[in-house]
Amino acid sequence: MSKTGYYGNWGGAFVPEILHETFRKLGVAFIEAKADPDFWPRYVELMGSYSCRPTPLTFAENLSRRFGGAKIFIKREDLNHTGAHKANNVMGQGLLVQRMGKTRVIAETGAGQHGVATATMAAKFGFDCTIYMGEEDVQRQRPNVFWMEKLGATVVPVASGSRTLKDAINEAFRDWVANMDCTHYVMGTVCGPHPFPEMVAWFQKIIGDEARRQILAIHGKLPARIYACVGGGSNAVGIFQGFLADNGVELAGVEAGGKGLASGLHAARLAGSDASPGVAQGYKTMFLQDEDGQMLDTHSVAAGLDYIGVSPILVDLWEQGRVRFSAATDDEVMAALQLTIRSEGIIPALESAHAFVQAFKEVGDLPPEEAIIINQSGRGDKDIFTIADAFSDPSWREFIRNKGEEYADGARQESD
Amino acid sequence: MTLTMSLSQDIKQVRKSKEILLMTHLVLGYPSFGINRQVITQMVDQGVDIIELQIPFSEPIADGPVILKANHEAINHGVRVGQCLEFAAEMAAQHQIPLLLMTYYNILFRYGVEDFLEQTKENSIRGLIIPDLPPEEGGQYLAACRRLELAPIQIFAPTSGKARMATLAAHGAGFIYCVARRGVTGSPTSFDENFNDYIKRCRQATALPLAVGFGISNRQDVDLLRGKADIAVIGSATIRLVDQQGPEAVGPFIAGLR
Ligand SMILES: Cc1ncc(COP(=O)(O)O)c(C=O)c1O
Repeated sequence: MSKTGYYGNWGGAFVPEILHETFRKLGVAFIEAKADPDFWPRYVELMGSYSCRPTPLTFAENLSRRFGGAKIFIKREDLNHTGAHKANNVMGQGLLVQRMGKTRVIAETGAGQHGVATATMAAKFGFDCTIYMGEEDVQRQRPNVFWMEKLGATVVPVASGSRTLKDAINEAFRDWVANMDCTHYVMGTVCGPHPFPEMVAWFQKIIGDEARRQILAIHGKLPARIYACVGGGSNAVGIFQGFLADNGVELAGVEAGGKGLASGLHAARLAGSDASPGVAQGYKTMFLQDEDGQMLDTHSVAAGLDYIGVSPILVDLWEQGRVRFSAATDDEVMAALQLTIRSEGIIPALESAHAFVQAFKEVGDLPPEEAIIINQSGRGDKDIFTIADAFSDPSWREFIRNKGEEYADGARQESD
Repeated sequence: MTLTMSLSQDIKQVRKSKEILLMTHLVLGYPSFGINRQVITQMVDQGVDIIELQIPFSEPIADGPVILKANHEAINHGVRVGQCLEFAAEMAAQHQIPLLLMTYYNILFRYGVEDFLEQTKENSIRGLIIPDLPPEEGGQYLAACRRLELAPIQIFAPTSGKARMATLAAHGAGFIYCVARRGVTGSPTSFDENFNDYIKRCRQATALPLAVGFGISNRQDVDLLRGKADIAVIGSATIRLVDQQGPEAVGPFIAGLR
């Protein structure tokens, strides 16, 4: 890092004065935690006893045979408690909140995975919890809204702007500037003002640490390539960190191609040429914005990738040529999802399925003695409505129709 | 006022004849530039001393629901940054009081910081308020403001400590914008003992005039600031008024503030 909080030209802390002191204290707490020899072991222990870590590295034998190239390994972040890599960051920040003595946590969420993880952490540690979620995402990730509320969190639907992840982040900041004395904002990805990118990356490196050990133990050498989907970039930065120094390991980030890069309906920042340098939400990165600097509406079938910006850490690695980017369309994602479910009995989240798309396109080009790792950032249970819609699943429709009638009858009886 | 003096000298000059100055705010292009014109004329006629013109931005994180909505609606109606700058130039040519631009850093960054500030200077705007640009990130901006004799208004908050206030003051010019409380724009503020202590700390930290904003919406609020601050800032209140009662309501509202 050249200047504090910068990765090459990217990052920084563009924070309103009211939060200056909060960020200063957070930075100090983070540095102290990193320097405390007991902190990381405590974190690893917690992730082992509460969240199934280390998560397995699964050999996808059937998929490997089908494509006839390198061996495909899947890093199973879906087996984390709450079903995604988000738990790694959240439990880590939870320990930090305890150190800072705060009593309330807030978070933004897109797919709802970060929200569920935060609500879970709050329930376990005894914090009050409020989750901000774009109205559009509340609709498409309804099962996660249900669980957040059951876990005791207040879920606030955000109706402003594009009603997705970026707007949820803005609202979380608006809450924080009013309540920072008791409240910590659990940023869900490697974005936002310094020290968030560094902090989230530090907790998520547990994925890469494990994956490196596991692939060496199982495969006997390093993988040829690693694939990870990129929303804000936390699961990607998490696994990539285990292999950054290994120049022979190709690192591939996969963004949301939505309805295709040419359609304008996508969230591809680095894969396409639509993004440009900007400063918003407290940091400098490549944003999808117009010439005036107004942020554009993005689109993805995966709520967790439907975001205007991307980690400053990844933009720097992309500029250095260390990480390459591509995009997967909504349709390709559905096909890859179907194939993975049928071939391996594994259900990736829509977000994660983006990484599978690119891996499937390329794995056949590599010889069988090589291996690749796909980071399966989460499980697809939350996407049941979206996936059922995409496949126009007839029995699911029938079930929802009946359930709707049952509730309508119940409501009628209650009002009688 | 003569434009040969610095903004802070101008403010101190006016302060000799007024116990408290009024600074008002509006979002450019909301609900329309036509209504902005009417509102500004009424503000100036009723003796407003400084006006803050906000260029809309899609992600205004320091603003509450009223100003947020105004920002988004202006952008949805197609308001462009270039139009805002032209409009600001037109207003500065027409009215004698100091005008400031308020916006978020990305608007300058995308335009080109130097180009934006040169245009601002050419348009006879006196200074800028950029709430998401702390001095640590604003080296280029601060240097260009100094070179062009534009006032880069710095912001104090109740959470700013003594050393922090000193740093901010050293980078500031024109006046210091003291955010009255935690939170975003648009909700009420209680001007209690804590507030008085805070304003005392602000006063000790700088010789620049002090403006107080966030939650000031009526005569009582303005009266409470007399003898404590130099400038009372009325933000969301006029936008809410125009939304509810139309632009004609602004003149009488301003007349009743002081
Ligand atoms: C399962 C899953 N994968 C990926 C993401 C994208 O986030 P990131 O790029 O930070 O890993 C999300 C975000 O919500 C998610 O829930």
